[in-house]
Amino acid sequence: MSISPQEAKRIAKLARIGISDAEADKIGPELSNILGWIEQLSEVNTDNVEPLANVANIDLKKRKDEVTDGNIQQDVLANAPESLEGYYVVPKVVE
Amino acid sequence: MTNLNDLTIKDALSGLKNKEFTAVELNEAHIRAMEAHRDLNCYITETPDLAISQAKQADERYAKGEALSLDGIPLGIKDMFCTKGIQTTAASHILEGFVPTYESTVTQGLLDAGATYLGKTNLDEFAMGCSNESSFYGPVINPWKSKSDPSKKLVPGGSSGGSAAAVAARLCMGATGTDTGGSIRQPAAFTGTVGMRATYGRCSRWGIVAFSSSLDQAGMFARTVEDTALLMNEICGHDLKDSTSSPAKVPDFTQFCGQSVKGLKIGIPSEYRIDGVPEEINAEWEKGIEWLKSEGAEIVDISLPHTKYALAAYYIINPAEASSNLARYDGVRYGLRVDEGGNLNDMYEKTRAAGFGEEVRRRIMVGTYALSAGYYDAYYLKAQKVRRLIYNDFQEAFKKCDTILTPATPSAAFGIGEQVNDPIQMYLNDVFTVTVNLAGLPGVSVPTGLNSDGLPLGLQLIGKSFDEATLFRTASAMEKCAAFDSTALKEVAA
Repeated sequence: MSISPQEAKRIAKLARIGISDAEADKIGPELSNILGWIEQLSEVNTDNVEPLANVANIDLKKRKDEVTDGNIQQDVLANAPESLEGYYVVPKVVE
Repeated sequence: MTNLNDLTIKDALSGLKNKEFTAVELNEAHIRAMEAHRDLNCYITETPDLAISQAKQADERYAKGEALSLDGIPLGIKDMFCTKGIQTTAASHILEGFVPTYESTVTQGLLDAGATYLGKTNLDEFAMGCSNESSFYGPVINPWKSKSDPSKKLVPGGSSGGSAAAVAARLCMGATGTDTGGSIRQPAAFTGTVGMRATYGRCSRWGIVAFSSSLDQAGMFARTVEDTALLMNEICGHDLKDSTSSPAKVPDFTQFCGQSVKGLKIGIPSEYRIDGVPEEINAEWEKGIEWLKSEGAEIVDISLPHTKYALAAYYIINPAEASSNLARYDGVRYGLRVDEGGNLNDMYEKTRAAGFGEEVRRRIMVGTYALSAGYYDAYYLKAQKVRRLIYNDFQEAFKKCDTILTPATPSAAFGIGEQVNDPIQMYLNDVFTVTVNLAGLPGVSVPTGLNSDGLPLGLQLIGKSFDEATLFRTASAMEKCAAFDSTALKEVAA
């Protein structure tokens, strides 16, 4: 498996991480190397094997659908880099 | 006078009860040690004032005869646990300055038991690493030194490197850890401490910075098996805030320490004898087998046939979950924001490029790729199927034995910088520990001896699901036989 610098840039874009061309040149081979090492999994016969997502053998619990907390606007916004009148502030999205 | 830094938690609790010293004195001694050994870089944030005020409250309870189970015991808290009002960074630039408005369930358990906080300990960034070198706050230095080159700085292992090194150097009496692929057991082995990771579901993950949610579990470090049991007693248990938390009853783990292992069946997996692993590792393993045999346990050969593929499966599942979990760091709700006047996407990309270190970016990208259209089946689904086979291997093995004994690490502590340029070499550090995470089992690393260069080695015990009890029983038998000698470190804390 070979990851070209262009492919590395595409992956970085999907991950919302800005990388320069020079970084893409370095990261491409690194990812190729790791994915190449992972290729060994193809040796394992997994026909008819159920994928295992999580080992927790418990049914997800349900509780009454009622409000159990809330009214903590200040706590929620306490760490925001920028907030205004009870909202998070982000760069303009719609012109 | 007793060296307060060198006491076990058990002895410290009895000293406090008998008024031999106060909780304030005990905490002051550890604050002095912490401040005197900043060169080890164990702590990201020190909280001495908090420790003293907590210790004063503990002393009041001792005076009234109302002491709690860990009253006044000074601990280090891995900076992966959210602590109310105390900066929590996960050793990442992207969370610098983040002050949680809530307390994780695990650390709340310790607070409710009267423990005090000396500070938040250093770790690999977002717990991604085996050497503590990926921390934004710089590497932690292992307090142990090799005989052949005492000037060489060694890694403490990772990701819970600060916790392990602080416990080893007597800069706290115990510390919390998280273990996603070996992040408690590997640094415990590198620093001559005991490190236990609980069964998946045993400790609530609520308030722990999410990394790889199907693999993450909390646990504790201490210098003895019984101290570890005292600490684990307070952090295990059901929590409605974590949907994967188990309602299984938690026994008092200390009662199993010192219990005979006579008749216990100890499994020895042939697949853990790996080419290229130094002979001293296998020799240590042989010693462990002989000790348990001499204590009356029965040794059983077992097979875990898919062991060889565990790391490759892990390095798909873990980055995939991490890429999803770390999507939350967007510069909007907390932590770093880099906004240079572009649009929202520019802000995301700049913030995440500046905020994440090299290994974190690497894992997010591997995970993003593995989950992307066209590759999902080939990588992610394949890895989950291999995970099932590894899980089944253990189910089969535990039909023949009660616990499994293996080496903890493929080497003793290595030098700072030695493996940092080769990600795959670094990943191989978890070769003996990672299967436990994939199968969701409890594991403990016990310090058993020093290699020819004077560095600690550990052995790992793997338990059945929710059977930490047998681990404590077996670990304490091994501890007794090994009589691990850490006098080399006693002078570090003075």
